[in-house]
Amino acid sequence: MDFQLTDEQEEICKQVRALCSRFPDEYWRERDESGEFPWEFYQAIADGGWLGITIPREYGGAGLGITEAALVMQTVAECGGGTQACSAIHLGIFGLEPLIKYGTQAAKDKYLAPILRGDIHVSFAVTEPDAGTNTTQISTFATRSGDGYLINGQKVFITKAQESKKMLLLTRTTPFDQVEKKTLGMSLFFADIDPEAVEIQELHKLGRKAVDTNMLFIDNLYVAKEDLIGEEGRGFYYILDGINPERILIAAECVGMGKRAIERAVQYAKEREVFGRPIGKNQGIQFPLAESFAKLETAELMVQKAASLYDQGQPCGKEANISKYMAAEAACEAADRAIQAHGGYGYIKEYDVERYWREARLFRIAPISQEMVLNYVGEHVLGLPKSY
Amino acid sequence: MKVLVTVKRVPDPETTIRVKSDGSGIETDNIKYVINPFDEIALEEALRIKEKLGAGEVVLVSIGDSVVTEQLRTGLAMGADRAILVGCDQDLDSLAVARILAKIVEDEGPQLVLMGKQAIDDDANQAGQMLAALLGWPQATFASEVVLSDDQQAVKVTREVDGGLETIGFALPGIITSDLRLNEPRYASLPGIMKARKKEIKEVAAADLDADMSPRLTINSLEPPTQKEAGKKVETVEELIGLLHDEAKVI
Ligand SMILES: Cc1cc2nc3c(=O)[nH]c(=O)nc-3n(C[C@H](O)[C@H](O)[C@H](O)COP(=O)(O)OP(=O)(O)OC[C@H]3O[C@@H](n4cnc5c(N)ncnc54)[C@H](O)[C@@H]3O)c2cc1C
Ligand SMILES: Cc1cc2nc3c(=O)[nH]c(=O)nc-3n(C[C@H](O)[C@H](O)[C@H](O)COP(=O)(O)OP(=O)(O)OC[C@H]3O[C@@H](n4cnc5c(N)ncnc54)[C@H](O)[C@@H]3O)c2cc1C
Repeated sequence: MDFQLTDEQEEICKQVRALCSRFPDEYWRERDESGEFPWEFYQAIADGGWLGITIPREYGGAGLGITEAALVMQTVAECGGGTQACSAIHLGIFGLEPLIKYGTQAAKDKYLAPILRGDIHVSFAVTEPDAGTNTTQISTFATRSGDGYLINGQKVFITKAQESKKMLLLTRTTPFDQVEKKTLGMSLFFADIDPEAVEIQELHKLGRKAVDTNMLFIDNLYVAKEDLIGEEGRGFYYILDGINPERILIAAECVGMGKRAIERAVQYAKEREVFGRPIGKNQGIQFPLAESFAKLETAELMVQKAASLYDQGQPCGKEANISKYMAAEAACEAADRAIQAHGGYGYIKEYDVERYWREARLFRIAPISQEMVLNYVGEHVLGLPKSY
Repeated sequence: MKVLVTVKRVPDPETTIRVKSDGSGIETDNIKYVINPFDEIALEEALRIKEKLGAGEVVLVSIGDSVVTEQLRTGLAMGADRAILVGCDQDLDSLAVARILAKIVEDEGPQLVLMGKQAIDDDANQAGQMLAALLGWPQATFASEVVLSDDQQAVKVTREVDGGLETIGFALPGIITSDLRLNEPRYASLPGIMKARKKEIKEVAAADLDADMSPRLTINSLEPPTQKEAGKKVETVEELIGLLHDEAKVI
């Protein structure tokens, strides 16, 4: 057990912090107001080579692990960018794993370099109106047609579809009622978001306005055979591969955001005087902040444990799920307490903490809800009977 | 062209500096350290020169104990080719630093030495000048623009002087110290950080360099700046003018 960051990991955090310092609170506040995608930030991250952090070196990445990617995401969130910064780059940082592991050589050669440069954005299209938590219920369907497939259906909550040229799209290729096992008969495509065949409608959200989330109406979208990832019918398993690292990264983002909220609250509590003394002198202010900080530190430890297991090729489902659960709870609570410490000003946008609160709330729901994490722990860790 | 760049480890300007209660130095617990910002500018200029020429070598040198490796790695991650760590655990004054650097310059034979105009910890602003004197080389301090001649044998340097700019030229080898507006240093990229892992940091012991390091200065005491008193809010312009006149006695 070694809780010390390596010199290289320290350097990574330091340089990411330096990069983020170019994007102050006003930048993120303004994006939250206008909804404009944080292009400058995105490009700075791409230019710094950060999008390729986990991508193997043979494809021009740095070939580092989820441990380092988590450090990057935590730092980005902690510097004040929150989910607007993290979600803008999240998929580039990790989500391409199915393409790298199972994609055709032709697709990899064609797409990885421009993705790393930041020229091509990619979305991840799984959720449907009738298939949220229960992914196997998806009904978007790919029918063979000539040398490829024609896809029809509907997706919902698809993040960054407006910026993206490509999406990792999960569809059925065998109808649900004709498969032996419900997790079979689904296929993953690296599909074009072709405006002729895909209509995009933005959803209006509580927070993270700068990074769009959309409904997709897919009407006869053609996908060439070379853009099928892996084998037909096994798409669900390719996605499963990526869920633990995704949970770890989300947890890291939550830890970063929560720490930022506490840092702001502490600073304010030192300066704001009420009844002739700084409010931070009251245990009523101090204890909630101290407790939140303790919870965030603990969640961070679980993030690092999960990441370290993953990077060593060990099973990490328990740790990844628990880290996401604890970090999401800690972040929501920290942001709420930061608002409270700010009194009325916490409710005002100029003080930023209400933005963290709106943003952190997402992670009790997505990418997996807290309830489903508890289902996992109850069933797979504790060995209780399946409850649903 | 070989360019030598000096790198000093200094407290991060963003951290709050506390003077020890006995005035003998500063509290070093919980302080983050960075490359002296003026040295970072010097390094950026060296990298730009190399990139423009499409050839050359940028060599870093730092004097201190093993912790300065951290700053050298950062410099290597920004793009320097290799580094020299002059191991030394005693406090050095500017002249001792210049004498050590002179030995390194004799050994390395760079055409140009780029340094910060001063280090933000002691603000001495003299190591560059002293090094030039020891080597008998020309110098341009407070540089805000550096232009290398086409044949790479000379430089033109614009200097920020009181009330304007002065442009001077000299034949290389020589010494340039950077001012704030010379350039905006880059951030290290992730590939840069990865490459830095494999770059050489050569260690030499200051004691082996045959440089006179005997101290000529002692720090008698340090004092923090006086605390600013809280401001005062006034209701009317008349009241403000009254206070400026009667209390502050400035009008
Ligand atoms: C801002 C945002 C961005 C998103 N981005 C993407 C994206 O880019 N790509 C993508 O594919 N998806 C995306 N999603 C979708 C996200 O993954 C889903 O919202 C999430 O999986 C939950 O699905 P659902 O919303 O359909 O909830 P439902 O499945 O309808 O669940 C509703 C509630 O019921 C609970 N519940 C359901 N079943 C059980 C059970 N058995 N036991 C206990 N409780 C249960 C859930 O926990 C939840 O609280 C995004 C969502 C949001 C809000
Ligand atoms: C949307 C909105 C509408 C409003 N509308 C009105 C209005 O119409 N009219 C009006 O007059 N005001 C209005 N207010 C102001 C509101 O009443 C104040 O925000 C509230 O009284 C708190 O004061 P404050 O914001 O200055 O917080 P502070 O007094 O600065 O308090 C900051 C924090 O410190 C805590 N704290 C302070 N002292 C102690 C202590 N001794 N022990 C423990 N904790 C302590 C507080 O509980 C709070 O959490 C409004 C505020 C908002 C946000």
